[in-house]
Amino acid sequence: MFGPLIVKPGSSRKNKTGSWRIELRPKFLQKDCIGCKMCILVCPESCIEGAEKGTYKCDYSYCKGCGMCSLICPKKDILMVKEESSKSGD
Amino acid sequence: MKEFLEGSHAIAEVIKLCKPGVISAYPITPQTHIVEDLAQMVADGKLAAQFINVESEHSAASVVLGAEATGVRSYSATSSQGLFYMAEVIFNIAGLRLPVVLTDANRAISAPINIWNDQQDTVSLRDAGWIQLYAEDIQEAVDLHLIAYRVAEDKSVMLPVMVCMDGFILTHGIETVDIPTQEQVDKFLPPYAPLYKLDVDNPMTIGPLVDPDYYMETRYAVQKTQEETLKLIPKVTSEFSKVFGRAYNGLVEGYQVKDAERVIVAMGSVCGTIKDVVDELRSKGKKVGLLKVTSYRPFPVQAICEALKNVPKLAVLDRALSLGSYAPLAAEVRSAFFGKKKAPKVISSFVLGLGGRDITKHSIKEIYRLLTTKELQQEFIDLKPELLKENYE
Amino acid sequence: MNNHLFTSGHTACSGCGQALAARLVLDAAGKNTIVVNNTGCLEVLSTKFPESSWEVAWIHSLFENAAAVASGVEAALKYSGKKESINVIAQGGDGSTADIGLQALSGMLERGHDILYVCYDNEAYMNTGVQRSGLTPFDTNTTTSPAGATSSGNIRPKKPVPEIAMAHGIPYSATASVGFPQDVQRKVKKALSIKGPKYIQIHVPCPLGWRYDPQSTMQVGKLAVETGLYPLIEYENGKLAAVRQIQPKAVEEYLKVQGRFKHILGNPAELKKIQDIADSNILKYNLRLQAQEEKQSKEG
Repeated sequence: MFGPLIVKPGSSRKNKTGSWRIELRPKFLQKDCIGCKMCILVCPESCIEGAEKGTYKCDYSYCKGCGMCSLICPKKDILMVKEESSKSGD
Repeated sequence: MKEFLEGSHAIAEVIKLCKPGVISAYPITPQTHIVEDLAQMVADGKLAAQFINVESEHSAASVVLGAEATGVRSYSATSSQGLFYMAEVIFNIAGLRLPVVLTDANRAISAPINIWNDQQDTVSLRDAGWIQLYAEDIQEAVDLHLIAYRVAEDKSVMLPVMVCMDGFILTHGIETVDIPTQEQVDKFLPPYAPLYKLDVDNPMTIGPLVDPDYYMETRYAVQKTQEETLKLIPKVTSEFSKVFGRAYNGLVEGYQVKDAERVIVAMGSVCGTIKDVVDELRSKGKKVGLLKVTSYRPFPVQAICEALKNVPKLAVLDRALSLGSYAPLAAEVRSAFFGKKKAPKVISSFVLGLGGRDITKHSIKEIYRLLTTKELQQEFIDLKPELLKENYE
Repeated sequence: MNNHLFTSGHTACSGCGQALAARLVLDAAGKNTIVVNNTGCLEVLSTKFPESSWEVAWIHSLFENAAAVASGVEAALKYSGKKESINVIAQGGDGSTADIGLQALSGMLERGHDILYVCYDNEAYMNTGVQRSGLTPFDTNTTTSPAGATSSGNIRPKKPVPEIAMAHGIPYSATASVGFPQDVQRKVKKALSIKGPKYIQIHVPCPLGWRYDPQSTMQVGKLAVETGLYPLIEYENGKLAAVRQIQPKAVEEYLKVQGRFKHILGNPAELKKIQDIADSNILKYNLRLQAQEEKQSKEG
């Protein structure tokens, strides 16, 4: 009745911002991870998930490839790798 | 109950009966008494509202916007410069479909600064999407506030309403007014039940960015609602008369129009003066009449055409201007008749009473007299040409 | 995604400090929160119809009135007897807070509403193209305070909004930085546990406006704090209650990683002016770590 005025919560999840990535993507080695959860804390896209150490990874359909997780990881367990070099789901 | 009351106080009494949860206003002459009375009622525990003293009218309107969006009936009042300061929020409230009710004590606008009555303030905001109702006397002003909440909060409307009452004339005038009982008001005005609100249990995003692919439909929706409201208002006034015993059309009111040869179209308290002149001239056999416009927005095109299609000469009386073009009410009345088979032969435009210049019975008689001459594009009545000579003393 | 109250799919620039800060604030506040947002980057990037990244009740009205709209929301909740269990947060960028919205903010603080105001300070009107605001630091290159042949950028220091807020007699006024994300959440939680008006100003580096690699948002934020240019302080009831102590780094370390200061690097006179600002902050708030410890050992 009002036209486009009100929006349902969380509806932005339809927008797969992963398509913004051009060069690099984060590779979660899950090797030396200590479970500090700093990667989850700093991701501006809220797209990193994980339950315990060694399980953290991002949802590539939203990841914009900023690299903040890689730079903050105290164990250098997240590497920024070239987009083409990874298979999907890596 | 009938009481001898100052207009502002009568408004405060009826607002108290409407039980708003949040009241926020900023002082400006001549609205001050309304809000002061409400503050006293809250202080005395007679009105359980949150009374928010804000630092500007922009914030007063923003506070009622926020309160209404949270699902609580709210109220504000302002005038002239205050209305203009909150103008941005006024458009925003209508766009967000929030049924705020606001009283405007009609006052001239600056520059130059003038605190006395005309209708430039509210008429200048006619494009904002608000419903605008104009009161002839204090009783009508009281009743229009009840009708305002009822119409605004109707699920088919959800648009804000501005009740316009001439500053000083109606706000500071004293009349015998019938103030309804709480039972009557509760019968007529159901509790506010918004279609959407800020609710932590049902979160919504309100006020998004809307790009060219989506924006037009929201504005069309407001226009459509305004048009539909033309049908609702007479239904509401009919309900009103059953509960309170006073009859209004709500859109227009014809006074001695049926066989009139000359009719003045006007809004606001000047209609009282015009009615007196009509009575006087009718007693002398002159066939004159008045069409009072109550609802300026939505503009009652059909009602006006129906009432006046057989009247040969119309005078439209404006207490506002659209500087650089025709006076607003005159332009809209002329447009209403354009292309219609049955229409007045003469529609003359008259501007008077700006900045509180008194409109006397003599001024009105002058208008009826001028209607017998040629059609006038825009005639200023009671203008003092000597004041236009350069004079720096 | 998962339990975040500011979710994925928004159109913030890659590495946006403000988007990160918004999520930190929302997650700390919890779902019993109503947010009132000014116009700006955050509002635009998160609510382009028909998509919204907000998982809480959220409203946007105009550019300058979040504090006033929030006052109305709070009043409505008080009227309905619901204010006790619901947080009200009014938020906006530095432009909408320090400039056009300062009046509304002042009114809200003065009236004593139980509202937390969060200012996301990226130090310019970023949404409209990096124009200078009242919180743009001295000598910053913005589009309306550009560095040029006869100018070194913005000629005025930052408006002291946390102090202005504090001067209203509110119980809590603080600064925070996205470079210290747990501190942001701690301060938000602390503020929301206090009744009355609260103000938190969060420094949020902007990769596009400040011109640095998006990956470094956290590091740039940390450097601002560690040089003394963005002191992290907390005022409680008018008194300076806590500061984050630092081993001060030279301001050049912060300035050199950002394109918006590159005109300063070859200009020792301007560099000194900026260092003086940092030094006077360090003195004023007693930020120097060693000095504190020495003082303690002398008194101890």
